[in-house]
Amino acid sequence: MWHGIDMCSLVYSFAFVPCACEHQGIVDDQFTQLRKLEDENSPHFVMEVASLFFEDCEKLINNMAIALEQKQGVDFKQIDECIHQLKGSSSSIGAMRVKNACIAFRSFSDGQNREGCLRCLQQLSHEYSLLKNKLQTLFRLEKQIVAAGGSIPRVH
Amino acid sequence: MVMAASETKFHVLAVDDTLIDRKLIEKLLKTSSYQVTAVDSGTKALEFLGLNNNDHHDVEVNLIITDYCMPGMTGYDLLRKIKESSSFKDIPVVTMSSDNIPSRINRCLEDGAEEFFLKPVQLSDVNKLRPHLMKRRTQTNVNKRKAMDEIVSPDRTRARYNELEVK
Repeated sequence: MWHGIDMCSLVYSFAFVPCACEHQGIVDDQFTQLRKLEDENSPHFVMEVASLFFEDCEKLINNMAIALEQKQGVDFKQIDECIHQLKGSSSSIGAMRVKNACIAFRSFSDGQNREGCLRCLQQLSHEYSLLKNKLQTLFRLEKQIVAAGGSIPRVH
Repeated sequence: MVMAASETKFHVLAVDDTLIDRKLIEKLLKTSSYQVTAVDSGTKALEFLGLNNNDHHDVEVNLIITDYCMPGMTGYDLLRKIKESSSFKDIPVVTMSSDNIPSRINRCLEDGAEEFFLKPVQLSDVNKLRPHLMKRRTQTNVNKRKAMDEIVSPDRTRARYNELEVK
């Protein structure tokens, strides 16, 4: 019936990924809260919010990279606004390491330290990639479970 | 569809310029069985309420929950405008912010906000809204009953007015 796909290992992985993420500090309790909100009325809520976050993050990282490259002078006020936005949205989705990277970034931006900011931006990109990778794995597993006729175990 | 006042869902107006937070607050409110309208600015909130024009408006909003940091009109500006409006000053307003700044929190609470939520807002925060909404509904029903009594028996109203506490 499961057409060769090992449902047990799919479901196990599906449970494992968020646990591992939380254990590694990639996500915090807020992410669990989001998963608890998912129900029959909005079965893709977490995926939708995550997609919005990915878009937001990529745009802001890109804007900061451009701002930091400006030869005539870096607009640190713009950098600060980007960090503030990203800190807010990462906090809302429970992306703890991205949020912490923003907090560290802010101190270099406040100090108008271009080199420090470049390093922070790199760290931020790294944390973002890590998170995106994990979440996309989770969503892929979810699709596989549903495609194989299984149902998604809900968080309570 | 006409429903008895006690059965109608409470209607909450949510104001936040960030799409992710708007989606989140909308979900939290719907999960708690509220009817939700979400807008992305204070200006749009006022337009929705009908404050920006003198046209008769049919929309009934039972509570407004607003982000503090927004471009243009901040959540605090919106709070002040609501509280200064004769039509809407009795609507409970709740403010939210991702920044934990005591002076900001105190200012909002002193100037009329019922609650101040720190983001990320959770279901436990949204649960705190119900008493403010129930109190308002009870007060509205009491006022309606008093108004009905006055129509029925004008002699009794003089004594009533003496007892009424004007806030």
